[in-house]
Amino acid sequence: MSAQLAVAPAAATATTAPPYLVVEQVSKHFGTTIALERASLTVAAGEFVCFLGPSGCGKTTLLRAIAGLDPATSGRILQDGRDITFLPPAARDFGIVFQSYALFPNLSVTENVGYGLRGKAWPAPRRSHRVAELLELVGLSEHARKYPAQLSGGQQQRVALIRALAAEPGLLLLDEPLSALDAQVRLHLRQELRALQRRLGVTTVMVTHDQEEAMGVSDRIVVMSRGHIEQIGTPETIYRHPASAFVAGFVGHASQFAAKVDATPGSLAVDGLTLPCLGARRMLYGTPVQAFIRPEDVALGPSASALEGHFAARVMHQEFLGPICRVTLQVGRLQLEADVNPAVAPAIGEVLLAALPAERLMVFPRDV
Amino acid sequence: MSDAALRPGATVSLEARALRGGLLLAFAVLLAGLVLPLGTLLLRAFQDAQGSFVGLSNFAEYATTPSLRQAAWNSVWTAALTTMLVVPLAFGFAYALTRSCIPAKGFFRAVMLLPVLAPSLLPALALIYLFGNQGMLRDLLFGNSIYGPIGIVVAQVFYCFPHAALILVVALSTADARLYEAATVLRAGHFRIFGTVTLPLARYGLVSASVVVFTLVVTDFGIPKVIGGQFPVLATDVYKQVVGLQNFNMGAVVGLVLLLPALLAFAADRWANRQRSGLISGRAVPYVPQPRRARDLPLLGLCVLVAVALVGLVAVAGWGSLVTFWPYNLSLTLRNYDFDQFDTAGWSALWNSVRIAAAAAICGTALIFTTAWLLERGTPGSALASAVRFIAGVPLAVPGLVLGLAFILFFNHPSNPLGFLYGTLAILVLNGVVHFYTVMHLTAVTAIRQLDPEFESVGASLKVPAVVTFRRVTVPICLPAILDIAVYAFVNVMTTVSAVIFLYGPDTKPASVAVVHMDEAGQSSAAAAMAVTILAITASVKLLQLATGGLVARATQGWRQR
Repeated sequence: MSAQLAVAPAAATATTAPPYLVVEQVSKHFGTTIALERASLTVAAGEFVCFLGPSGCGKTTLLRAIAGLDPATSGRILQDGRDITFLPPAARDFGIVFQSYALFPNLSVTENVGYGLRGKAWPAPRRSHRVAELLELVGLSEHARKYPAQLSGGQQQRVALIRALAAEPGLLLLDEPLSALDAQVRLHLRQELRALQRRLGVTTVMVTHDQEEAMGVSDRIVVMSRGHIEQIGTPETIYRHPASAFVAGFVGHASQFAAKVDATPGSLAVDGLTLPCLGARRMLYGTPVQAFIRPEDVALGPSASALEGHFAARVMHQEFLGPICRVTLQVGRLQLEADVNPAVAPAIGEVLLAALPAERLMVFPRDV
Repeated sequence: MSDAALRPGATVSLEARALRGGLLLAFAVLLAGLVLPLGTLLLRAFQDAQGSFVGLSNFAEYATTPSLRQAAWNSVWTAALTTMLVVPLAFGFAYALTRSCIPAKGFFRAVMLLPVLAPSLLPALALIYLFGNQGMLRDLLFGNSIYGPIGIVVAQVFYCFPHAALILVVALSTADARLYEAATVLRAGHFRIFGTVTLPLARYGLVSASVVVFTLVVTDFGIPKVIGGQFPVLATDVYKQVVGLQNFNMGAVVGLVLLLPALLAFAADRWANRQRSGLISGRAVPYVPQPRRARDLPLLGLCVLVAVALVGLVAVAGWGSLVTFWPYNLSLTLRNYDFDQFDTAGWSALWNSVRIAAAAAICGTALIFTTAWLLERGTPGSALASAVRFIAGVPLAVPGLVLGLAFILFFNHPSNPLGFLYGTLAILVLNGVVHFYTVMHLTAVTAIRQLDPEFESVGASLKVPAVVTFRRVTVPICLPAILDIAVYAFVNVMTTVSAVIFLYGPDTKPASVAVVHMDEAGQSSAAAAMAVTILAITASVKLLQLATGGLVARATQGWRQR
């Protein structure tokens, strides 16, 4: 997985150099509604960070505060050691790609890419050289004279990207840049985007609501919900060790159920079953919790019988998903989903042994 | 904060200051051309001739003068009758254009717009030719006189028709084909579909059209002036009070009364528009009519009748202007076009009008489009922007006559430093821009709102000043809309009578006022000739726009091709 490769350099720079982008206690209020409440995070130079969350979670608000398009109500934003909190966008150092791309429809691809390359620093020959170089970089050289409407969605996205990168900004901001594309193109472009970002080493912040996309490209993910940052971590940390019930439910697929911490340390009671659970060890007896288990972690058949706390479950439903088959199991009132090899998928109605590995069961105290 | 951080901040605030300056200019124009004059009008209604405060006594005098009350009632009932005639007619016409398969839709659409290009006096003059004291067809009236309510209503129907039809065409063309498919699949008949799908979708359009027609009739001055005879209405009363009796205070009171229906109409129209916006979803499938003789033939008949009436009235005016001595000597002559013989201003009145209209079109379009952009994109959110946005919507509710009256009261005031403008072309240009501000503003806003809201953000992130993005992107994309705005301003300023009747000076008399004067002096052939000339100029400008539209599109809109 790409994330594992990238964690090391990001962590290394964090110890030696100060972070490139620092967001400190940033809040944003629109009238009486609070769009963002005291968000803090840091981004290392060259890092690729995703803001992930459902719509209305404040991720775009935070991105626009970093860009200066909707300045923060309070808090501080530092870029490369410089306080940019209240600077207008034009006085900052970033390039941005919007969901709509916002390509100028009346300007050709060349004019769009060269739009920001003006003034004394960019005499005509230097500008055209730079534009040609960028078009070459993303393989659009033969489309240089076309207008945006004559390009495919993926090509438009690339034009928007190189337009943002043309003047070599220190920070690249991406506001759902892939969500307007077909699923196939999207996957391809996301890999291309990541490869380009690594090659140029530009610090990048991307906003997305697509968790697969976030997992695929990020060094670290910032999971947000209702104006708060829920968790910041590598894709693997977020997936394996979610910090809250929201993250566990939002990232990846999981079955969830309500349970209570049992009298025996490190076990849960649910609907007459007793389930061993490492995460419940430090919780008080009787604490109501929300428990999550990923379908690929549910042990079935022989492998289940070896585990403590296994139980018999009936197969209620099955769904063929290609590489795996997802079955729905019923134990009393409890419903669980489990992934099995399609070649050995149990039939509907069959009763088999199942178990939830103690170290894989994720639990969070429930507000009552 | 370091120096490096301060310097770019400083240049940006320079840009922000420039944008704010632009908005301040628009605010100043609207203040001098609308807010202060209307404020003066309001004050004068509560003063006596000496300028001392007399409370409501002017209003009391107004309410107890039977002739004034009669005029108000006359205005209301002629407007209501006109509305009842025009709206169904315009609905049928618009329905034919949008929901049937009649031939020559382009021709009918062009004919529909004909009355917009002519001064409202033109149909009145044509009716006088046909049904007046020397009219060819006066026997058709069975002894009734065309001078009075009959003439007013018929001429108003002609004059208001395109305004109602335009609104209804828009209301009917935004239909969702899926609703019709659903209704057909549920086995609803043609009449049931019309009653349950078409009419409900068009009802806010019908409200808007009725409101617009009613207001137009109540506030129009030209038609009752020419064909009203001894039949008093509000608009002619203002003129009588101010120009005839020099009673500015009573004029102000009548002006405020005139403002009342316009304000109500304005509020009703706003309401209808708000209701309508929710009806059409973004994913609507456009409706494509299928040929059906039982529907198409009667509609074609209606369109032909309307077209004959519209073209016929214009043709009669044109013919009358070429006749030696109506109706006794019908030999043709160009003598009536020798305007210098009939009116002191003569041909120079036309030249004045063209200059005023061109200046209003150029300055007005530049000002209004830039301001609309500043409001939408440049400096949104400031208190000044909210103030300008609000004031920009007001002119629609102010009848031309009221605005003209407000202008003289304000600019003619001895202590007004802007008083030097009185009697110049500049005041007529300012009046024209302010009078038609709202429609131009709304056209500009609509065009700008179709642009991606992130254009300026992208520009800012690329460190390109907003003004450059405005020049390189916004203006080129919106050029067709900008041309529309300019032509709209030109045509309307060229044809309006009501707003300028109080404002011209000895050297600045516009052509539309010359028409009124020549008609007053009994030179109706010359008046018709002048009205026809105005129509010829506005029609040429409109044709020029259509002709150059292709060129402009090829030069600036090539990117629209896929």
